Amino acid sequence: MAISIDDTLNQRSHGVLGWLFSRQTFWVFIAAVLACLALSLMTDTFATPQNLFNVTRNFAFVGIIALGMTAVIVAGGIDLSVGSILCLSAMVVGTLMSWGHSIWIACLAAIFCALLVGFINGVLIAYIKIPAFVVTLGMLSVARSLAMVLSNNKMVYQFGPDQAKLLWLGGGTTFDIANPVLVLAALAAFTGFAFRWTTWGRHLFAIGGNEQAAVLTGVPVRHMKISVYMFSALTAGIAGILEVGWLGGVTTNLGQGMELSVIAAAVIGGANLAGGVGTAFGAVVGAALIEVIRNSLILLGISTFWQGSFVGTFIVIAVGFDYLRRYRQSD
Amino acid sequence: MPVLELRDISKNFGAIQALTDVSFSIESGEVVGLMGDNGAGKSTLVKVMAGNYPPSHGTMHVAGEQVHFHRPIEAREKGIEVVYQDLALCNNLTAAANVFLGREVHKGMGPLQVLDYAAMYRRAAELFKELKSETRPRDLVKDMSGGQRQAVAIARTRLSNPRIVLMDEPTAAISVRQVAEVLNLIRRLRDQMIAVVLISHRMPDVFAVSDRIVVLRRGRKVADKKISQSSPEEVTGLITGAIEGVR
Repeated sequence: MAISIDDTLNQRSHGVLGWLFSRQTFWVFIAAVLACLALSLMTDTFATPQNLFNVTRNFAFVGIIALGMTAVIVAGGIDLSVGSILCLSAMVVGTLMSWGHSIWIACLAAIFCALLVGFINGVLIAYIKIPAFVVTLGMLSVARSLAMVLSNNKMVYQFGPDQAKLLWLGGGTTFDIANPVLVLAALAAFTGFAFRWTTWGRHLFAIGGNEQAAVLTGVPVRHMKISVYMFSALTAGIAGILEVGWLGGVTTNLGQGMELSVIAAAVIGGANLAGGVGTAFGAVVGAALIEVIRNSLILLGISTFWQGSFVGTFIVIAVGFDYLRRYRQSD
Repeated sequence: MPVLELRDISKNFGAIQALTDVSFSIESGEVVGLMGDNGAGKSTLVKVMAGNYPPSHGTMHVAGEQVHFHRPIEAREKGIEVVYQDLALCNNLTAAANVFLGREVHKGMGPLQVLDYAAMYRRAAELFKELKSETRPRDLVKDMSGGQRQAVAIARTRLSNPRIVLMDEPTAAISVRQVAEVLNLIRRLRDQMIAVVLISHRMPDVFAVSDRIVVLRRGRKVADKKISQSSPEEVTGLITGAIEGVR
């Protein structure tokens, strides 16, 4: 039977199911759902509204930043400074409000600081071409130190006239859902849309896939790099504001080591550290899975000291599974 | 009138003289094979034509009009497209995404602009059909054969209706069967009255598809003649220097 060239050209390479099965994100999602189902059956404490509320709120902070980190990783970079940016942003909000400024001014200033830090990261990486690992490692140190300078390394827990608003923002609920979770959902939808439907997203994946090709085809690679580090800093800044509101106080060790949980969430969710692969949904699922593992250990009465072992093992399994599958395919 | 004409082009990098007084011209629908040993100046000449380097001396004319390129984008605006040796493709994107990379098609109003996937798939499919290549616009480039990758890189040059396509070693790293496919792609371009400059080491490929052959040796043009009046043996001699230049 003759197949015309038109049929070939319009053929899709594989169906929806084949596409799904080829995604690491899908399998991680299945793992998270199975873990939740198992926990619901094994314990009567997991599937309670209060526990689900806590679980979702706990992973919202890591999830929000994992969205920014996924964008950076997709473009072939890495941002180690997010934990410190979160702390700086939280400290700017806390300090300004304790001086009696309104929540609007404090939040705008915090977002501005975060964006400025991201801009500096981006310029150093895109124009001076210092490796992202080095630039953001330096910024990890600088941003936290600035937070210490700003607060004189004291805890801030008095937030002036708008204190109630700040505490509601991070710790309150809307329609019985924790506010940080709603912010996560909105940001995830926004990021997912930007990845798939905008030139910005398309260029991000192109840079991560083959940076030289992106340069040769006229993609504004340097501007893209600056924008992606600003986006990652923005997500860290937003998470910082929400976290102060939730904790009701801020110290200079807030967000210490958080960059590693965030990178873990992005990688478990399918972002490839080599660049060019990742999804917004994956970032959220990755963050959720880490929190479900943590929560299940507590509910099952296993010592929390085991937490690191479980999360670490899962990182290797999730990525190793993907490699194994590709290895089989190439045979 | 030649679509591209180079007059006495020289290029030196400090004390190194990469090109000396190279002149040649190419007509629409003509395929010119550009040959020479490593270091003969082929790549430098291509980069001058593509706008990567300005020449030290000499002038370039596109369709009779003198041009000065400072950046590749300026050469592209004058209708000179390049297919790079490594093809400049992103493996993680689809064929259509690669064709439109940097020149995406949008739909929507005002600031609300989204990528127009349907239009890009449709146009990419048309281009592949013109090239008679069985390349599916929705497939990822990483799953493609060498010939299909070439088709994607060539389809990209067709987006802007170019006058001249420069191809840098298109048959260097692919299988014999795929070479035939690529040579067919070059013939398709020629049939559409596009001038093609084919830079290659591979004698059989150049003789299979070119109308004329230009040989460079140590930065100078040593031969410029019709394929029918030459032979692989003569060209080998010209490349190595066993035969002095023929004028």
